[in-house]
Amino acid sequence: MIFSLFGRGADIDARKRTFLAIGSFLLPLLVWCLVSYAPFVWHPKVLVTDPGGVDYFQVDMLVDKAMFKDEVANMEQSHLALPVGRPSNPIYLPAPDDVAKAFYNGFVHPPKSTDVPSMPASLWHSVQIIFWGFLISSLIGVPLGIVSGTYNLVGRLNEPFIEFFRYLPAPAFGALAVAILGIYDGPKIAIIVIGTLFQQVLIIANTTRKLETTLIEAARTLGSKNLKLLSTVVVPGILPDLYRDQRILLGWAWTYLIVAELIGTSSGITWFITQQARYQHFDNVYAAIMTIGIIGFGTDLVLGRLGRRLFPWDRTQDRQ
Amino acid sequence: MNLIEPMLPSYLDQSDEVRARFERIRQREVILEVRKLGKRYRSPQGEIEALRGIDFSVRRREFVCVIGPSGCGKSTLIRILAGLDKHTSGEALLDGKPITGPGQDRGMVFQGYSLFPWLTVKKNVMFGPRMKGEGHDQAERDAKLWLELVGLEKFADAYPHQLSGGMRQRVAIARALVNQPRILLMDEPFGALDAQTRAKMQTHLIDIWKNIDVTVLFITHDLDEAIYLADRILVLKAHPGEVQEVIEVPVPRPRTPGQFNSPEFRATKARLEALIHPAPEPLPEDEQAVKPHMIRFTDVHDNVE
Ligand SMILES: Nc1ncnc2c1ncn2[C@@H]1O[C@H](COP(=O)(O)OP(=O)(O)OP(=O)(O)O)[C@@H](O)[C@H]1O
Ligand SMILES: [Mg+2]
Repeated sequence: MIFSLFGRGADIDARKRTFLAIGSFLLPLLVWCLVSYAPFVWHPKVLVTDPGGVDYFQVDMLVDKAMFKDEVANMEQSHLALPVGRPSNPIYLPAPDDVAKAFYNGFVHPPKSTDVPSMPASLWHSVQIIFWGFLISSLIGVPLGIVSGTYNLVGRLNEPFIEFFRYLPAPAFGALAVAILGIYDGPKIAIIVIGTLFQQVLIIANTTRKLETTLIEAARTLGSKNLKLLSTVVVPGILPDLYRDQRILLGWAWTYLIVAELIGTSSGITWFITQQARYQHFDNVYAAIMTIGIIGFGTDLVLGRLGRRLFPWDRTQDRQ
Repeated sequence: MNLIEPMLPSYLDQSDEVRARFERIRQREVILEVRKLGKRYRSPQGEIEALRGIDFSVRRREFVCVIGPSGCGKSTLIRILAGLDKHTSGEALLDGKPITGPGQDRGMVFQGYSLFPWLTVKKNVMFGPRMKGEGHDQAERDAKLWLELVGLEKFADAYPHQLSGGMRQRVAIARALVNQPRILLMDEPFGALDAQTRAKMQTHLIDIWKNIDVTVLFITHDLDEAIYLADRILVLKAHPGEVQEVIEVPVPRPRTPGQFNSPEFRATKARLEALIHPAPEPLPEDEQAVKPHMIRFTDVHDNVE
């Protein structure tokens, strides 16, 4: 009874929350549409549709509004055909529909040519880098964090150094990583590991310390000790919080991705973005950046849902 | 109505029946022996002597309550006996062997339940047997048996957070008893429960104790609870924690809530009150520092009393 009452209250909240969440995405989109489709808002450029008598104008050329006005005046004076154009935004601000098209084309009709990477292939490469970087970091960081948090001695021994090391900016190790690990994926994974690992140890050690001591004491009076205590009480006890920490840390790993991919030979989504920017295909650039956001946000959403399934006893998972 | 309060008997007077019962208890072997036990804590504010020269023993299937003002070292004492803290002087023997650390021969029930939230009720109870090395099936059989004993077999697959406080404490009791400890140590186990649930749990605990070969050391700060449950009451005083008196409760068994008004009960309670709340005495320093200074935040004429 109490559960159902509580449940209904939470439902209404959930609906309101979803509504607000959608709104929080629609609002910036609305601003973007306004800037893109309402010519009076910004549109500092003119897109030439007919060069008229101006010899250096070409179709699809973007010129400054002032310059276009001057040329119109010039042509009027010299009685030549007037150039025609429509107000437009700078090249680096494509309209939502352009980006949507680029997004669609990027995934559905990726280019066949080999010198320009396709978006899915680039993304897949990036995801792999993140995966390996985060996996390696976690394989070291999670056990070390748990042990540091459980045994004061271990914590005191390694945490001061880690505390120091985490202030060293991970990208600064780029050159070193290339020298040691070559120019391909090795150094990129290393940067992600360096960027994540040290925070991970400290955060997880802290989480472990927050486990109620009476739980450990209860387990000890029930005959659990040493490693058994670690595996039967400490780890399950912190698991929901550990899971949440890992979600946050995975987000951090993504923020290191772009820097990591610039090291050695550029690769992955970063290379795709820099290439497209070089050809001034800014619609593709935006599509790629958004895809990173969608993947990151989507993964977190899925992991959050999964967390509620995995830890039915953890009341705090519900509140997210 | 009886306007003239009849003279209470002395708490030391025992009926023949009660005296015979204590005689029988004294025939039993000593399970727990505490000799000159002392505990000092080192803290940034200097050394704190939490316990000094504690002497007492508990016999098999005796129910002993420990009572005393806040900060007198009740928890410290029980934690030392559970093996969770180390004493700094004296010794504590269980069945003649010194206590050096936690062990399955002692079960502990905490005030805050401290059930494992990630385990179902049944798995919580299975924890001890599993640690002992029992197989899953055997542990499960044991757990079911003890859950039945505390009346929670229907909640075997629930998680602790789905249970009420009283139910949680029942699980904690089952979890401690499933290991069949020699002594059950309980640190204010019913302190967080409402009066009604608390009364139910007290009766239930006596029922369990009657039917199982277990000795109970029970900490409380509720005088009624101590008298209702205990054979003997160990009264501690604070700063430093010392044994003030060991009282043999003259209230006959079986105990019923109706006895709360019996002369023996009231005599014992009067004695406990005299011991624990003596004539006002200067507060210990740390509590002297806490002095509320009342300021009026409402209209002068807006009185509630
Ligand atoms: N870990 C500790 N470090 C320093 N001093 C402590 C520690 N634990 C307890 N003490 C001190 O020892 C004394 C006894 O504490 P204890 O918790 O055993 O009292 P208690 O009788 O259980 O009190 P309560 O009725 O409030 O539960 C107190 O003065 C307390 O401040
Ligand atoms: Mg206490």
